[in-house]
Amino acid sequence: MAHGPAKGIGRWLFTTNHKDIGTLYLWFSFAMFLLGGSFAMIIRAELFEPGMQIIRPEFFNQMTTMHGLVMVFGAIMPAFVGLANWMIPMMIGAPDMALPRMNNLSFWILPFAFALMASTLFMEGGAPNFGWTFYAPLSTTYAPDTVNFFIFAVHIMGASSIMGSINIIATVLNMRAPGMTLMKMPMFVWTWLITAFLLIAVMPVLAGAVTMMLMDINFGTSFFDAAGGGDPVLFQHVFWFFGHPEVYIIILPAFGVISHIIPTFSRKPLFGYSSMVYATASIAFLSFIVWAHHMFLVGMPIGGELYFMYATMLIAIPTAAKVFNWISTMFRGSMTFETPMLFAIAFVILFTIGGFTGVMVAIAPADVQYHDSYFVVAHFHYVMVAGAVFSGTAAVYYWLPKWCGRMYDESMAKVQFWVSFVGFNVTFFPQHFLGLAGMPRRYADYALQFSDWNMVSSIGAFMYGASQLLFLFIVIRTIRSGTPVSEPKVWEGAEGLEWTLATPVPYHTFSTPPEVK
Amino acid sequence: MSTESSYHVPEQSRLPIFAATGLGLIAYGAGSWVQGGSAMFFLAGALVLAFTLYAWFSLVIKENMAGMNSAQLKRSYVWGMGWFIFSEVMFFAVFFGSLYYVRNLALPWLSGEGVGESTNALLWDGFEAAWPLMTTPDMVVNGEAAQFKGPDQNMSFPGWDKLFSWLPLWNTIVLMTSSFTVHIAHTAIKNNNRGKFNLWLGITVALGAIFLVLQAEEYIHAYQHMGLTLESGIYGTTFFMLTGFHGAHVTMGTIMLLIQFLRGLKGHFNSEDQFGFEAASWYWHFVDVVWVGLFIFVYVLA
Repeated sequence: MAHGPAKGIGRWLFTTNHKDIGTLYLWFSFAMFLLGGSFAMIIRAELFEPGMQIIRPEFFNQMTTMHGLVMVFGAIMPAFVGLANWMIPMMIGAPDMALPRMNNLSFWILPFAFALMASTLFMEGGAPNFGWTFYAPLSTTYAPDTVNFFIFAVHIMGASSIMGSINIIATVLNMRAPGMTLMKMPMFVWTWLITAFLLIAVMPVLAGAVTMMLMDINFGTSFFDAAGGGDPVLFQHVFWFFGHPEVYIIILPAFGVISHIIPTFSRKPLFGYSSMVYATASIAFLSFIVWAHHMFLVGMPIGGELYFMYATMLIAIPTAAKVFNWISTMFRGSMTFETPMLFAIAFVILFTIGGFTGVMVAIAPADVQYHDSYFVVAHFHYVMVAGAVFSGTAAVYYWLPKWCGRMYDESMAKVQFWVSFVGFNVTFFPQHFLGLAGMPRRYADYALQFSDWNMVSSIGAFMYGASQLLFLFIVIRTIRSGTPVSEPKVWEGAEGLEWTLATPVPYHTFSTPPEVK
Repeated sequence: MSTESSYHVPEQSRLPIFAATGLGLIAYGAGSWVQGGSAMFFLAGALVLAFTLYAWFSLVIKENMAGMNSAQLKRSYVWGMGWFIFSEVMFFAVFFGSLYYVRNLALPWLSGEGVGESTNALLWDGFEAAWPLMTTPDMVVNGEAAQFKGPDQNMSFPGWDKLFSWLPLWNTIVLMTSSFTVHIAHTAIKNNNRGKFNLWLGITVALGAIFLVLQAEEYIHAYQHMGLTLESGIYGTTFFMLTGFHGAHVTMGTIMLLIQFLRGLKGHFNSEDQFGFEAASWYWHFVDVVWVGLFIFVYVLA
């Protein structure tokens, strides 16, 4: 393993190198981000004005469904797996991931899964149209035939996630450089260790849910049919037992990224490291016992409503601990505001807004009003976009110079930041108002009184979409012709093993483990 | 960790992309097969995957025999297998959880308890919860026209007088015994006693096969004589899904142990190095524990 990368396409198809695989994941996720984003653009274009202008309602439903599925499973999750592949071995001083061949398999399943899922758009009956949460009986009794392809795509995607997670856990637990105890691990490694555990715990639950659907649709079972003694609400329980940890699977690695960027540009060590670790673990634990807060309106006993309400609110405590720690890290630091830091600060502010609306929707009696309205859409986009996507973007700006030895164009990147920041808020802040005024989510058309804010929201969405194309341009330009950088510490305030390596990072690193004191 | 400086990072490999292609074909093929299309793609994918896995495991074994695997790398395999089994635990947890939910919450609500009062009065008037559920809500409302009919008979404990002709009891005995025999084999190889290892591992494989034959017998009996099928309402659904997935896992476990048995005959194992066998035996203990859960919650407490 002393030599460099292989030549040609074979390098990417047969690679066992964690950096290559990380790169594959990142580009794949960006491609999916653009695909899911184009679905979002279609949605916002249709909602620009009331009435049906561009597409049919059936196709609108396919767009909302595919947008959610592609963004969650195709864009955000693989993006953070890509970062994990790139950074974890370098951060813990390992030569590679623990199981490099399986690592390659985990990645290459994804293009097959998403090709299958996306191809349903062109099949008879159209793509899945039951929302990304695929509630039964919409996804069983009333589903298009293509639901079967969706089910098996989810199956192999889940296999990919489980293998990827096993790899990450084995790497973190087994491959750390001598002297790197668990409580010396960088936060990004910690958040991924816990995320990987969550993934292994809940991906099989998702597999179980789609398997039950498969059986109900094709083999006459009655899991989700009350006529046979089953219960459609069972689907929601199973789905959200997966789905709630899933949102932390998405956001925990984002927390990890932010916990690196803020100290670097504040030139201070992370405030409250151990409380960050414990907060991450508590969030992960709580994520397993709050799932039915997504289901306050299905007719649960009052005791259940109360339990899930209070348990959910508990999550605000460890999450707030994290926010306070980030703020305390910045406090009296010698801060500078390069693009990664801008995205990180925007993350802290906007994610906190998303967290607050999260506490609002967690209040069971109030949720009767918020449920299935645009308020919920606004809430989770503040978490998913301003949380996960902003942090992923910050990570790319932060580590790209290290990866390829070239610096991005700072002023262009700042423009990109401000356009996405403004575009994002113009898109989603008005959706809070729309939801509170009673506009339901997932509707292709709406009443006239919602027109103004919808138009504003759509304009913001196009702005945000454009900013992502600019991001793509900046990244490609950096890789091809950015200003070369060669000092190991690309950022003067950065700490950690990855910054002791040469810039750009050699193909193989830490073939002999470094000593951590 | 300090002495292990040479972690074996394998060169480029063609295996993963073949495995991914196999899985892709399986997913596409299964999707078209279940909706009445051809099974060709599915079978092609399964073949590709099977050959790839064969080559992959052969390679891993070869690498290990060639001494390329450091103690640290072996720990990676240990973690890998451990977490894989944990994922399987969660998979079964879904189905056990669903059984719990249906029996203890959904059916009582359907019969009008608690929050289900109007559901019962308006939709399923006259339905009464019971387990095993012999009369589905559909039958109560639609009689003979019902789409979901309950089973004629169920698999529950038939009473003490019929104890010894009760198949699940024998299945339990067979599987429990196999857990002991695999442990004896484990102890034998730890003591470098290969003859004893081969004997007891062979017995374990045979017990696994016997279990599968008995299970098949039970299914045939259920379908032909008890009117109990996958479509027999929620009882048939949960019964066949839980025992079926368990049976599939026993099949997997038996194949895994059989391969270890063949490797044992080739002399692949010694007291120091027997991880392939150990991993398979953990898996076997896992399917055994699942069966105990099944025996209690699907057969006895019903």
